[in-house]
Amino acid sequence: MKIILTATSPSIDSKVDSRFGRGAYLIVVDPDKLEWQAHPNPGVGASGGAGTLAVQFAANQHVDSVISGDFGPNAYNALQTAGIAMYLFGASTTVKEAIEHFKAGQLHRVGAPTVQGHHSRG
Amino acid sequence: MIITIASGKGGTGKTMVATSLAFSLAAINSEQPPLFLDCDVEAPNAHLFLHPRLGEQQEVGLLIPSVDETKCTHCGKCAEVCQYHAIAVLGQKTLVFPQLCHGCGSCTALCPEKAITEVPDRMGVVERGPAAAGISFARGVLDVGEPMAVPVIRQLKKWAISQPEQVVIRDAPPGTSCPVVETLRGSDYLLLVTEPTPFGLHDLRLASQVAGELGIPAGVIINRENGPYLALDEFCANQHLPVLLRIPFERAIAEGVAQGKTLVDIHPESGGRFRQMFKQIASLL
Repeated sequence: MKIILTATSPSIDSKVDSRFGRGAYLIVVDPDKLEWQAHPNPGVGASGGAGTLAVQFAANQHVDSVISGDFGPNAYNALQTAGIAMYLFGASTTVKEAIEHFKAGQLHRVGAPTVQGHHSRG
Repeated sequence: MIITIASGKGGTGKTMVATSLAFSLAAINSEQPPLFLDCDVEAPNAHLFLHPRLGEQQEVGLLIPSVDETKCTHCGKCAEVCQYHAIAVLGQKTLVFPQLCHGCGSCTALCPEKAITEVPDRMGVVERGPAAAGISFARGVLDVGEPMAVPVIRQLKKWAISQPEQVVIRDAPPGTSCPVVETLRGSDYLLLVTEPTPFGLHDLRLASQVAGELGIPAGVIINRENGPYLALDEFCANQHLPVLLRIPFERAIAEGVAQGKTLVDIHPESGGRFRQMFKQIASLL
């Protein structure tokens, strides 16, 4: 199993980043083995479509779930289409802690976009 | 000659100035009154002053990709080339996000399977017709919920063609972002309407920088003037922006504008001042 979490720095001990498309790093983790890899989020510098870009990355990594603080409408639709489950950090403050909460089934699974869309077609 | 009225800050009196200028020029040239373009396509309101009969209409849209899933091999080339991240290949499905698409056509051109065709996606309309005092009027209207104004403005500029020698007045949207830049492009002169407040000055500074980037000469109109505001006059002097007109802060003007009157209706003598300003602009160019 593979999941992605958004983080403020490139480490499993990092704080979580509440933004999905604009979160600084994407940490790809195997939650059972705790093997992880940090990638700069390709959406960070995008002028628009950051969410869809991050989803494309997640789909290319063949992950099962993503954990973040918010999912906009474009990211939500794309993740839904890709069959990737979405969870919210909730009270977790670090990536490691969020993984523990995820494994314990304590994270809220998202069934609809959690924020309005941002700019597009600017 | 194309004169564009912009401001930076919203609500400074762009449309009041633009429509007053249009009436002032129409009054002395009934042979060829100006062409007025309401380029504030997200919230057009110049029609409230100019009362056009909008007889002609044309839809505006972009060509956006449509993917034939029976031909698509999900190779991902389209998502890779899309600068706007408007197309994503997610497993066995290729998803298009119309509101992110700029209609550049890269995905269609580069699809190795020729699985993408382009389909029109409507985002608004352009409309035109004769208005009061013989003024030729045209405007763009962006559909509700559509995020991108630029294609509508671009189409409006292309569609509403002026006669030779006809003065064109463009009423710009507020701000300094892409829709304003698109409105300014091709203008001969920029009238920046501001108000003597820190907010007005702040946004005037931004708007004059845009004018500088585009190489369009600009002058300033100070609206709602209520005693001296030295920072504004200093800024104009330092930037070599001539202050072409000062409009006082006056209850009669506010009441008149709220009833759909221009300055020329409220204070008939202002027509002469607008015409003098126009002469001054013409002599500057």
